[in-house]
Amino acid sequence: MKEKIIKKLTEKFSENNIKFSEFRDELTAQVNPKLIVEICKFLKEDSELLFLQCIDITGIDEATSKNRFTVSYNLFSIPNNFRLRLKASIEGSGDSIDSITSVWKSANWYERETFDMYGIVFNNHPDLRRMYMPEEFEYHPLRKDFPLMGIPGSLPLPQK
Amino acid sequence: MGLESMASGDSFFTTTVDALVSWARKNSVWPMPLGISCCAIELIAAGGPKYDIARFGAEVMRFTPRQCDLLIVAGTVTYKMSKVVRKIYDQMPEPKWVMAMGACTSSGGIYRTYSVVQGIDQFLPVDIYVAGCPPRPDNLLHALMHIQEKIGKTKASDFPNQTNSDINVLQN
Repeated sequence: MKEKIIKKLTEKFSENNIKFSEFRDELTAQVNPKLIVEICKFLKEDSELLFLQCIDITGIDEATSKNRFTVSYNLFSIPNNFRLRLKASIEGSGDSIDSITSVWKSANWYERETFDMYGIVFNNHPDLRRMYMPEEFEYHPLRKDFPLMGIPGSLPLPQK
Repeated sequence: MGLESMASGDSFFTTTVDALVSWARKNSVWPMPLGISCCAIELIAAGGPKYDIARFGAEVMRFTPRQCDLLIVAGTVTYKMSKVVRKIYDQMPEPKWVMAMGACTSSGGIYRTYSVVQGIDQFLPVDIYVAGCPPRPDNLLHALMHIQEKIGKTKASDFPNQTNSDINVLQN
């Protein structure tokens, strides 16, 4: 299955846009963030790959590295019982990437969660609101520059 | 047997109104079980037959704050939840008491983080803190006995006369 995925994706999107790595039998593909929607669409709709399920989407904040944010997608192919991880490193200090809600509807809330926690903006998302934090909250808690105990006064408490 | 045999016939005893009222009040504490995480399991156990909170007259768990006089906050209170907790407290009629059950409620506990209130005493007047993570039902009953002791010492003058229009009942 692994060889098939690697062969099909490199044929379709060329080696510059997609690089594979393997760790403990888990296949990870570093992909060009500009092509994320096309790659996801191909993975889902190809008659042999059939990654029908998007398990999770989350962000990574590598504050000191050249590309600050990475979005990580965990996909599952039900017919092949195979899991694949996509990683899209957003170039430079940018914080926006195209939404893949057009491919998997389950991505909707995962992207909202990632937006809430990391402040990564998903373009063309139908309803990009916060998931966990109160709507009036201005910060993104899982960013590396956010202090553990929060910012005093940013979350109001009721009067005593 | 006991008091009632001594009080048979035309017997009487003397007391003050305050003592009688506070005695009645402390032996019929109606708790509002605000179980918002694992402490609630121990709170439920305290209500079951093994620990039996009914021995202390506090078995009437009401699921509306309007009929309660003891708010048991059992669980982690986040900043988002704090408004709900405060609203429930505001809906309880006077006189009322608050018990902070468990480490999270009393101090934030293991959740030393941006989203959890580091102790509900930041927005509620707490009468008693119960240690433990979660506290055993015995510990909860011990706290309840302390609350009863506190209620037993109250006088009518501790609670200012309130007319119906004074009572600020929150509507949704």
